[in-house]
Amino acid sequence: MARTVVNMPAEARRGEIIEIKTLTGHTMETGFRHTERGEPIPRDIITQFVCTYNGTEIFRAELFPAISANPLITFTTVATESGTLEFRWTGDKGFTASHSAKLTVA
Amino acid sequence: MKRGGFLVTCAALAAAVAAGEIPLSERKSGYEYMSRGTRAMQDDDTTNPATLSLLDGETLWSRKIGARSCADCHGEAQSSMKGVAARYPAIDAKGRLQDLEQRINECRVERQKAPALAFESRDLLALTALVGRQSRGLPIDIKVDDKTRGPLAAGREMFHRRQGQLNLSCAQCHDERPGIKLAGNTIPQAHPTGYPIYRLEWQGMGSLQRRLRNCFIGVRAEPYAYGSKEFAELELYLMWRARGMKLETPAVRP
Repeated sequence: MARTVVNMPAEARRGEIIEIKTLTGHTMETGFRHTERGEPIPRDIITQFVCTYNGTEIFRAELFPAISANPLITFTTVATESGTLEFRWTGDKGFTASHSAKLTVA
Repeated sequence: MKRGGFLVTCAALAAAVAAGEIPLSERKSGYEYMSRGTRAMQDDDTTNPATLSLLDGETLWSRKIGARSCADCHGEAQSSMKGVAARYPAIDAKGRLQDLEQRINECRVERQKAPALAFESRDLLALTALVGRQSRGLPIDIKVDDKTRGPLAAGREMFHRRQGQLNLSCAQCHDERPGIKLAGNTIPQAHPTGYPIYRLEWQGMGSLQRRLRNCFIGVRAEPYAYGSKEFAELELYLMWRARGMKLETPAVRP
C-alpha cells in the first residue's frame, strides 16, 4: 500500500471552508523515458483522485504524465455535517490507495 | 606613485576577501535562498514530500532484519537518535571516518547481521532521514580533535582545489560567489543543513554525496565513488564549515 498523508482539521464550524492537503507516494513515471539500452519505460502514474464526503463526491482530479512524483493535491470544501471523508487514488498497474478521515461539525 | 600604492592595497584587500571564508555571522542555509512556496513545502510536515520517506524509515526502524530490529537495541528513535546526525561524519572505533549512511550500514552488517543497504537506496535514505529528523533544530556539532584534524584538512584542501575540465574549485562558487546566478539558479553557500533532502529536481530523496556528485559532474570532474574516503572528508569539512547552524533534515531543495 502506498504511503499517503492527509492533513485536514478534525473539527470545524458549520459552513466553514476547510482546506484539505493530500500527499501520495508515487513515482509518476511518464512513459516517455527510455532505459540506457533504449527500451521504453512503461507509463506508471496515478490517473485519478476522488474525495467523497459522507458518500457524496466533492472533489475529483484526473492526473497526467506531466504531474510530478509524490503528487500533492490541495483543495477546499464547506463543512456541512459531521461524517467521514474518503480519499481514493487509482492508477496504472492496478495502483490503488485510500485514506479516510473523520470530521466533526459543531 | 601614491595612486599606484592605493590600487595595490585595493587589489590585496580584494584578494584577501576573495580567498577568505564566509564570516560565521553571514552564513545562510540553502533554505534562505528558496522561494516562499518551497519554504512553505518544507515547513509543513504534511506537504514536505520527505515525510513519505520518514514514514518508510519508521517502519524499517521497528522491522526485524537479520538478528534484530533497530528498535531492539536503540528503542525509540525520537529519544535515542536525538542529536546524532548533528555529529556526523565522525571517526568510528576503528579510526575510520564515516558519514551517517555508512554508520547505519555498519550497524546493519555487524549488529543486525544483515546485508548492507546500497547507497541511495530507498531504505538507506529512509533510515538516514529518520535518524536525521531527530536532530532537526539542533546545531551542527563537529568536534575538532587529533582524530578529525587530518580528514578535516584534507576536506578543506579538496574544497579549495581547482578540478575538472572547467578548472573550478568548490570555494570559487560557494565561498566567493554565493547569492549570484549560475545559469538560472542561485548559487547557495553550500551548507549541508538538511540532508538527506527531497530535491524537486530529482523528484525524490538523495544524500549529500549524491548532491556532491552533481557538482563534480557540473565542473566536468570525475566524481569519487559513493562511500569513498574523499567524499567523507569533504562532507566533514562542509559540516564543520556549517558548525552551529541548525539542521533542517529532511529538507526540501529546488
